[in-house]
Amino acid sequence: MKYMLLIYGNEADMLAATKERAGQMMPAYGAYTEAMTKAGVYVGGNRLQPTTSATTVRIADGKTKVLNGPYAETKEQLGGYYMIDVPDLDAAMSWAARCPGASHGTVEVRPIWTM
Amino acid sequence: MPRADDEHARGTAEAVARRSYGKLVAFLAARTGDVAGAEDALSDAFAAALVDWPASGIPKSPEAWLTAVARRKMIDAARRRRSGEGAAAHLRLMAEELEAAAASETHIPDDRLPLMFACAHPAIDAGIRAPLILQTILGFDAATIASAFLISPATMSQRLVRAKNKIRQARIPFRVPERADLRERLEAVLEAIYAAFAEGWSDPAGTETRRRNLAEEGIWLGRLVASLLPDEPEALGLLALMLHAEARRGARRNARGEYVPLADQDPASWDAKLIEEAEALLFRASAMGAVGRYQLEAAVQSAHVIRRRAGRSDWAAIERLYDALSALTNSPVVAINRAIAVAETRGPAAGLAALDALADDARLAEYQPYWAARAGLLAWTGEVDAADQAYQRAIGLEPDPAVRHFLQQRRMELRGRSGTPPASG
Repeated sequence: MKYMLLIYGNEADMLAATKERAGQMMPAYGAYTEAMTKAGVYVGGNRLQPTTSATTVRIADGKTKVLNGPYAETKEQLGGYYMIDVPDLDAAMSWAARCPGASHGTVEVRPIWTM
Repeated sequence: MPRADDEHARGTAEAVARRSYGKLVAFLAARTGDVAGAEDALSDAFAAALVDWPASGIPKSPEAWLTAVARRKMIDAARRRRSGEGAAAHLRLMAEELEAAAASETHIPDDRLPLMFACAHPAIDAGIRAPLILQTILGFDAATIASAFLISPATMSQRLVRAKNKIRQARIPFRVPERADLRERLEAVLEAIYAAFAEGWSDPAGTETRRRNLAEEGIWLGRLVASLLPDEPEALGLLALMLHAEARRGARRNARGEYVPLADQDPASWDAKLIEEAEALLFRASAMGAVGRYQLEAAVQSAHVIRRRAGRSDWAAIERLYDALSALTNSPVVAINRAIAVAETRGPAAGLAALDALADDARLAEYQPYWAARAGLLAWTGEVDAADQAYQRAIGLEPDPAVRHFLQQRRMELRGRSGTPPASG
C-alpha cells in the first residue's frame, strides 16, 4: 500500500536557519532517504522550492486565473514529500515519525487512492 | 413449510448471532480491511439463513455456512464497486485470501482481539473507539450505543461510518501491537470494555435483558483480553474490577425488589466464587509492579469485601486508594467516593468539606451520586433542612425507580432521627 508523507514546516524559519542548522538538516534527510531505500519502501520524494516560487492556477468562468503565490497562505507550508510503499498505517506512521520534518514541523500521512 | 422449523431456524440463527457475531465480523474484516463491508455481508448472510435453514435444514456448522455466504456477498459487493485492471487483481486476492482462510479452518479463527486493537488505533478519534468496539464485536446498533454515550443516534451513526472508512482507506492493521505500543493502545481497548460493562451493570433490576447481556459481554471481553494478554496487569485489574461488581449484582435488590445500597448488603449474599476469582487476579496483577486505574478500582472493591471477615470495610485503605485514583484521573466521581471515605475515617464534617471543594464543578449539578452523598453526610451531621433539599435534588435526578424509592425513604426518615450515621459503612 502506498502512502504519501507530506512534510509541512515553517518556511520562514527554515530559510532563516543558520548555516550550521541547515548543514545538519541536509545530511539528516539524506540518511532518512537512504534508510528508506535500504528498507525497500522508498518510491519517490522531493524537496520543494519555497512558496515564493509557487504559482496557483484555476479556471473560473471559462478563464484561466493565475495567482502568484501558494494555494493557501498559512504559517506552515508544504515543503517536501515522500511516497512510500509499506504494508499498513502502522508502518507508514513509524516512517513518518523518523522523518526529520516530524521534529521541526508536521508530517501528514495520506494513503494513495488505488483505482 | 412448517412453522416449527421456522422457529427452530430463527432460534439457531439468533443463538449463532449472539455467540459468534463479533468473531465472524473480525474474521471477514481482518482479511479485507473493510469493517462496514463485513457487517453488511454478515447481516445479508443471517437474512439468507432465515430463508434457507427452515427449508434445507440447519447446517452442521452454522458459523462456517454463514462465513461462506458472507464471503460471497463481500466479493459480489466489491465487484459491483470496482472496475478495471486493478480491481480484478484486488478481487482475486481478496477471494483467494478469504477462501484459503475459510477452507483451511475446521473452525473460524478468533480475530476479535486484533479487531479491537484496530478500533482503538491512535489514528481513530478517541471518543469513537469504545462505540466502534461495541458495534463491531458485539453487534450493537448505533441507536443503542448512542443512548449509552449520550450522543444523538444520527451523529453516532455518522461517526461510526467515518471511523470504519478510515480503517479501510488508511489500512489500519488488524493485529495486536508490538510491545512498545501495547500499553498505550491496550488502555483504549480496556476503556471500551469497561464502558460496555458499566452500561449493563447500571441496570440493577436486570429487567432489560439487552443491558444485562452488555455486562456479561463486558466480562466476556475482559476474560478474552486477560487470557490473551496474561502479563498485562491492567487487563487483569479490569477483569477483577468487573467480577467484583458482578459478584454483588443480586445483592442490590431485596426479595421485594427494593434497592439495597452497598452498606446495607448482607455479605453472605455476594457471590463468593466471583470474589475469589477477582482477588486472585488482582493479586497476580499487583505482583507485576505497574499500578493503574483498574487495579486501584478493583482494590477498592477488595477493601469493601473485607467486610465478609472483618464486619467493616477498610475505609482507611479506601481513602488512600481514592487519593491515588484522584491523582491519576482527576474525575469528580472519584472525588465524591473519596469524600465518602473521608467521612468514614475522619467524620461527616470532614467528608462534607471534601464535597464542598467540588461544588464549582458544573458537571455535578446534574449528577445524582453527588447529591445523594451530600444528603447522607448532611443527615449524619444533623443538618436536616439542608439534607432534605439535597435528597430532593438526588431524587429528581435518579432514573431508576427502585433507587428513587430508596432515596425517598431516606428523606422521610430525616425528620425522625438526626445525628446518626446513615449506615454507610
